[in-house]
Amino acid sequence: MSLPPLVEPTAELSIDEVRRYSRHLIIPDVRVEGQRRLKAARVLCVGAGGLGSPALMYLAAAGVGTLGIVEFDTVDESNLQRQIIHGQSDIGRPKAESAAASIREINPHVEVVLHPVALDRENVREIFAQYDLIVDGTDNFATRYLVNDAAVLLGKPYVWGSIYRFDGQASVFWAEHGPCYRCLYPEPPPPGMVPSCAEGGVLGVLCASIGSIQVTEAIKLLTGIGEPLVGSLMVYDALEMSYRKIRVRKDPACDLCGPDATQTDLLADYDDFCGALSAEAADATATATITAVELREWRDAGKDFLLIDVREPAEYDIVRIPGSQLVPKGDIVSGAALAGLPQDRQLVLHCKSGVRSAEALAALHAAGFRDAVHVHGGVLAWVRDVDPSLPTY
Amino acid sequence: MSVTVTIPTILRPVTGGEKTVHGVGSTLAGLLADLDGRHPGLSGRLLDAEGALHRFVNVYVNDEDVRFTGQLDTPVGDGDTVTILPAVAGG
Repeated sequence: MSLPPLVEPTAELSIDEVRRYSRHLIIPDVRVEGQRRLKAARVLCVGAGGLGSPALMYLAAAGVGTLGIVEFDTVDESNLQRQIIHGQSDIGRPKAESAAASIREINPHVEVVLHPVALDRENVREIFAQYDLIVDGTDNFATRYLVNDAAVLLGKPYVWGSIYRFDGQASVFWAEHGPCYRCLYPEPPPPGMVPSCAEGGVLGVLCASIGSIQVTEAIKLLTGIGEPLVGSLMVYDALEMSYRKIRVRKDPACDLCGPDATQTDLLADYDDFCGALSAEAADATATATITAVELREWRDAGKDFLLIDVREPAEYDIVRIPGSQLVPKGDIVSGAALAGLPQDRQLVLHCKSGVRSAEALAALHAAGFRDAVHVHGGVLAWVRDVDPSLPTY
Repeated sequence: MSVTVTIPTILRPVTGGEKTVHGVGSTLAGLLADLDGRHPGLSGRLLDAEGALHRFVNVYVNDEDVRFTGQLDTPVGDGDTVTILPAVAGG
């Protein structure tokens, strides 16, 4: 299915721009008219992280006239393995500013608009309304559903990409012409079931593989070239080096874009919809949480307890709290590891940041280990508050 | 002959790291029951408490989403390929 161009060719090219974009202008499908459409286009990239980095850089180089960036985070050293729009000297700097500086260096003809905020239901409409197309480079389910819902309600095309370890997915959601994200995945997984890249890792260059698909699709939509990924899901496997295109149907029962849609507005709370913690984990942690400093005090006082690290072996190899024993969360939740745990000792669980250990804690409480507690903030809190000589990741 | 099932990265702990497994059955439900015998826990990751497919995992039989072809009653047979695709949010 081909679609008409999203943007009218209202902008004129300067002599400098004709020189700059000459390799585009001589493509018969693009020509001066297509480049003028790109110049007139306003594209919003949500997130200047893994996917946002290559997406923003190529959108800028391609000559998209106005690029908006929604990003409130600052550059961390652990970002630089994949977020190539930021550099060593940007560590500690707001990502939005760092990204804007890189874009200006790539192409000074691009107008950059910074939105240094966390996207939420109060600001999303006003921000999205200023743009023709939304590129999604976010890293969590709550923001993805918020972006999708706002895009559907405002009638904007939503160029989506998602990555994990060696796997990537990309699609274009546009309810007027095909399915939306809720047609593909009506509900988010419960918290703790699907690891994030911070928990499970991601091959840095995978961001370029998926981000470049997103930019390709954005350019095609803006200029009306080719067949967009509307109604198709591209599935990339870096280890097999395979791309598969799977059909995505518009779900006639979709709550948001179906004929009998029941959702006519943004949800009241997307964190709640996606569950920052499951109800069981929230209950378990309410009265059974200690801080990293308290853990050190327990140890200094000679208290008898068993410290259990519920992360994965690869994480345990990077950094660990001394004296901990590794029992991955999955083995606790499935019950496989329960027989090996002492009934007569205080158990203290921790993970990287406190989410997985909360889920494991709920499982232990349910299995009868009523005294078990977990460490708020996990090993990251231990490094921050107790032993800053250890590495973080 | 049997049905070939592609296991996504996040479910590979259940299959001992195997990326592709094989099973038999005349419907998707039968196939999953067969697989769960050799890979305990696989069904639990795909089905909810009522035994229906989770809405955050998509299952495709030969590239057709089973949500539109009869869910767990979708017929499968020798030579078919089943793909399991969970939602991931990394970016």
